[in-house]
Amino acid sequence: MKVAVASGKGGTGKTMVSASLVSVWRSPVIAMDLDVEEPNLHLFLHPEIKGKRTANMEIPVADESRCSQCGKCAELCQFKAISLMGKIILTYQEMCHGCGGCIAVCPEGALSPGYRELGEILWGRTNYGKFLMGRLRVGEAMSPPLMRQTKIRLTEMTDLNGTDVIIDAPPGVSCPAVNAVMDSDVILLVSEPTPFGLYDMKLAHQAFSQLNKPMAAIINRAGLGTSEMAGYCKSSGLEILAEIPYDRGIAEAYAGGRIIADIDGEFRKLFTGLADKIKSIPEASGRRGVPNG
Amino acid sequence: MVEIVVLSGKGGTGKTSLTAAFAHLSYNHIICDLDVDAPDLHLILKPENIRTEAFFAGHKAMIIREKCENCGICQEMCRYGAVSEISGYPFIDQIKCEGCKVCVSFCPSNAIDFCEKQCGNWFQSDTRFGPMIHAQLFAAEENSGRLVALLREKAKETARQKKLDLILSDGPPGIGCPVISSLSGASVAVLVTEPTPSGRHDLERVADLCAHFRIPAGVIINKSDLNMAQADSIGKFCAQQGLTLLGRLPHDPVITHAMINAKAVTEYDQGEFSGRVAEIWNEIEALSGYKSIKLMNDNK
Repeated sequence: MKVAVASGKGGTGKTMVSASLVSVWRSPVIAMDLDVEEPNLHLFLHPEIKGKRTANMEIPVADESRCSQCGKCAELCQFKAISLMGKIILTYQEMCHGCGGCIAVCPEGALSPGYRELGEILWGRTNYGKFLMGRLRVGEAMSPPLMRQTKIRLTEMTDLNGTDVIIDAPPGVSCPAVNAVMDSDVILLVSEPTPFGLYDMKLAHQAFSQLNKPMAAIINRAGLGTSEMAGYCKSSGLEILAEIPYDRGIAEAYAGGRIIADIDGEFRKLFTGLADKIKSIPEASGRRGVPNG
Repeated sequence: MVEIVVLSGKGGTGKTSLTAAFAHLSYNHIICDLDVDAPDLHLILKPENIRTEAFFAGHKAMIIREKCENCGICQEMCRYGAVSEISGYPFIDQIKCEGCKVCVSFCPSNAIDFCEKQCGNWFQSDTRFGPMIHAQLFAAEENSGRLVALLREKAKETARQKKLDLILSDGPPGIGCPVISSLSGASVAVLVTEPTPSGRHDLERVADLCAHFRIPAGVIINKSDLNMAQADSIGKFCAQQGLTLLGRLPHDPVITHAMINAKAVTEYDQGEFSGRVAEIWNEIEALSGYKSIKLMNDNK
């Protein structure tokens, strides 16, 4: 079972919930950080990194001596990453989406595959099981290709039968967030009961609904703001699986790098209860085995 | 013209609440919400739309079943895994499709349609603090970087028309495509962080990004009393990296109360917290060069 922890609004507690869930999960679990722009899960789970590799994307490298200036590459490229200026082929590396179209369309074989570094994929072990993360190179704009490669690494790490995966997703509701949750079996929306939290949770709920996966809410900082969020969840059929109270002690523990489920017995119970509820979701809705996408 | 963009790396550190307060404290400006994915500034500023425009970007590929001869080339050539076979025919998953046109170009039967798609809307509005440019990307859409670039262009255009000297922008979280699009060519970046392991880690990456694009940056440590040692350590980091420490703010629920009342915190409460925000704004004006423009205008 793959559980994606997402949110819409940033800073609502995705990483805090992910780390706590991993720490109380009763069966084998892989912690996977797909917030590749700003990965944070390792700061709380302290994995021992056992391996890493560079993630690259294919980009075209031009050999002008073979170019006949037909212009087919520039015509095909939808991302303005290649153009012809007289006899010179100009490539704009950072604009390239790696579709491979220009290389395939060139009749002269003047374009060959080169690489742009997207970032790193790192893996290892924590006290709670295996760990995997992607980390985008600073200055790189595109996170989805790195996320796709991180997901490929996941399939190499384990036979996923019998192992669960908890995915810490990036904030937002556009392509990076959708990429992080699209292959999961259940999506958890972590939010806070404030006007910003509610607005962004509605956006996330709407965006992820297109994926036809079971979704549920976790309300963090409960008691902080307004009660509208509970009303929204009720009217839109979004079950609230847990409420984490608004408490300065939690904020301070998080600031100190602690896993919230480790604070005391009460919080531990809150997260073990949450884990049990999550595990019962896919069976209950009969969605197991439905193809992704 | 001075362009100030508020960023953070980590989400939820207080970018939008502080941008709203800065919008309240300054004048002769245009306000811009560059978090087109999950915009929140309008919840405080309550803009009145005076213009709504569709944002078109990119295309979507769709199989025309009647023409498809099921040769499988589209599926073979797609690098994004967007083409799969459903009941004997190729099917393009619109969420995975990158709009690269490779399948369209290589289909021997011309059986793939390629139409432009609307990814969202953008708005020109009036608020009680001044004119505002903002947008909403449609759910699960892409091209946020292009929409951000468009908003900045429109903001500059409006600023020139209305003779405004300042563009104040609320940026998106992260360090990827929309952040790079918000940052490149801006006068100054204001980085809002918090003294937590994540806040610190993400600040370092977004500060690196500013250095990469040679944008001067200042730092605000919000919720600084949550972990004083970490806050001090962030202060040292700023000094080492040549980042201006603009100020520290305490962890204070007043910022949430202001949000619930749809007010900027400086508008809602005149206490100590708001006083500190005003001091920070003063520092930002100095760092961005906006202060000297203001003095010049005052002397005219």
